[in-house]
Amino acid sequence: MAKRKLIELAHARSGDKGDTSNVGIIARQPEYYPILVREVTADRVKQHFAGVCLGKVERFELPNLGALNFLLHQSLDGGGTLALKADPQGKTYSSALLRMEIDADPV
Amino acid sequence: MIRIANGQGFWGDSLEAPVEQVRRGPIDYLTLDYLAEVTMSILQKQRSRDPKAGYAHDFVDMIARVLPDLKERRIKVIANAGGVNPGACKDAVLDSAKRQCIPITVATVSGDDIMDRLDDFIAQGIELKNMESGEPLSAIRTQVRSANAYVGAWPMAEALAKGAEIVITGRVADPSLALATMIHEFQWKRGDWNRLASGTIAGHVIECGAQSTGGNCQVDWETIPHLEDVGYPIVEMEPDGSFCLTKHAGTGGRITVASAKEQLLYEMGDPVEFITPDCVSDFTSIHLEQAGPDRVRFSGIRGRAETPFYKVSISYTAGFKAIGSMVYAWPDAYAKARAADRILRARLEKLGLRFDAIRTEFLGANACHGIASAEPSPKLAAQLPEVVLRVGVRSENRAAVERFAKEIAPLALNGPPVVAGLGMGRPRVEEVVAYWPALIPKTAVTPEVALWPSES
Repeated sequence: MAKRKLIELAHARSGDKGDTSNVGIIARQPEYYPILVREVTADRVKQHFAGVCLGKVERFELPNLGALNFLLHQSLDGGGTLALKADPQGKTYSSALLRMEIDADPV
Repeated sequence: MIRIANGQGFWGDSLEAPVEQVRRGPIDYLTLDYLAEVTMSILQKQRSRDPKAGYAHDFVDMIARVLPDLKERRIKVIANAGGVNPGACKDAVLDSAKRQCIPITVATVSGDDIMDRLDDFIAQGIELKNMESGEPLSAIRTQVRSANAYVGAWPMAEALAKGAEIVITGRVADPSLALATMIHEFQWKRGDWNRLASGTIAGHVIECGAQSTGGNCQVDWETIPHLEDVGYPIVEMEPDGSFCLTKHAGTGGRITVASAKEQLLYEMGDPVEFITPDCVSDFTSIHLEQAGPDRVRFSGIRGRAETPFYKVSISYTAGFKAIGSMVYAWPDAYAKARAADRILRARLEKLGLRFDAIRTEFLGANACHGIASAEPSPKLAAQLPEVVLRVGVRSENRAAVERFAKEIAPLALNGPPVVAGLGMGRPRVEEVVAYWPALIPKTAVTPEVALWPSES
């Protein structure tokens, strides 16, 4: 089993809607997409953001873009101007998710 | 085919970008986004002090610079620069055109501002419930500072059809700025949902400026050429709804399938249900291909009928906040910053201060990615060259926040060693203006289009 950091297989962008952050991850090669689908589940993302994301995590699949979109509810300290965070819009959550270690064996 | 450029991704974006979009190559339309969610409350405050204020001044200055080019190249402009006062913005643009002796026809799109009608809506049973919490607006009614519906593309298309050269709007959905040009040029109709969705996604791809042309791009960022001269995005739209994302020849940046995908995912919710006032777009239908250097082709986009609601952006005051910082240096910078945080919190406790929220972050150690994923190892933590202690508080009680703001600087002399201030004095206490998203039936809001030819 080959453990690799997600950043080797994917790139990402994140943004916000109120107190919900969205993190989209994109396979760097088409053959990586099934690995992302298998490994990067909503549950694992919720664990990865323990203490940051206080609500549920939803996952959406975009096979046409080789991408997954995650919604991290209650993850921005109230969101927008209410938040006291240095990154109230979760712009850096994109690379935070790419720190995850996954099993990168081909599907 | 028509070329639609974006020259401004938010208020505060590059002042040169719109000028370069006009001068460095062919475009037919220049679209500009000046309004963030909290911008409206700031503009509302400005208008309450001065009836001629409440719009984006940067826009007027920019138009003054490029007006001769716009006329010569027959470029039309659509911008949400009107803020809460499109009429005053229009007057300022017409004044500046008059000074240059250039005749111009300006249109305003208004009707989005529903601030004065909130009590009527509540009386009619339109509760304007918070889309996240479900609470009715009545819970914060007295704190409301601005309320605007996100209007769609149709009124802007109407303004173009009536001969407007510059269209100034209040709050409109960002992708609708670009979609309006396509509705006007190609005579798209309600019911052409696939085309309207294509135009909406084209608008979404360019609405954040250079974020689709190599800015903030994670793939091979270190080799993206000449970001100092980054080209802003241009959509080349075909009548059938397929389009290419590109930028002017000779500009910096890079457009690839990867950079386009990153922008598509920005601020995304459910990808099959991207709701704007004009239609519902399906991001899982997008087909992308690299069609040449700095050129990505979009096709196959599907959409569905619009919903019966406009989204409403309401801002309201929600207490006060202040954020203070100190810099701790090697050795043991992280441990010192943490000790200083404990000392500070004990002092606030002793003073009997209560806050709705207090938050500490350690910049340089784990602030961006959180303790769970990014806590430095003890060995690394001890060797960090510096760590910034950043503490913020929020409270309904202004006096408590002001007292907090006076407790940061003393740490320089009466806390852990090797510490520097950031040279900014005491933290500034600011009023928090928060955001309340809601829905309103489209039948309750009437966008208004008016034409203002300059006096000859």
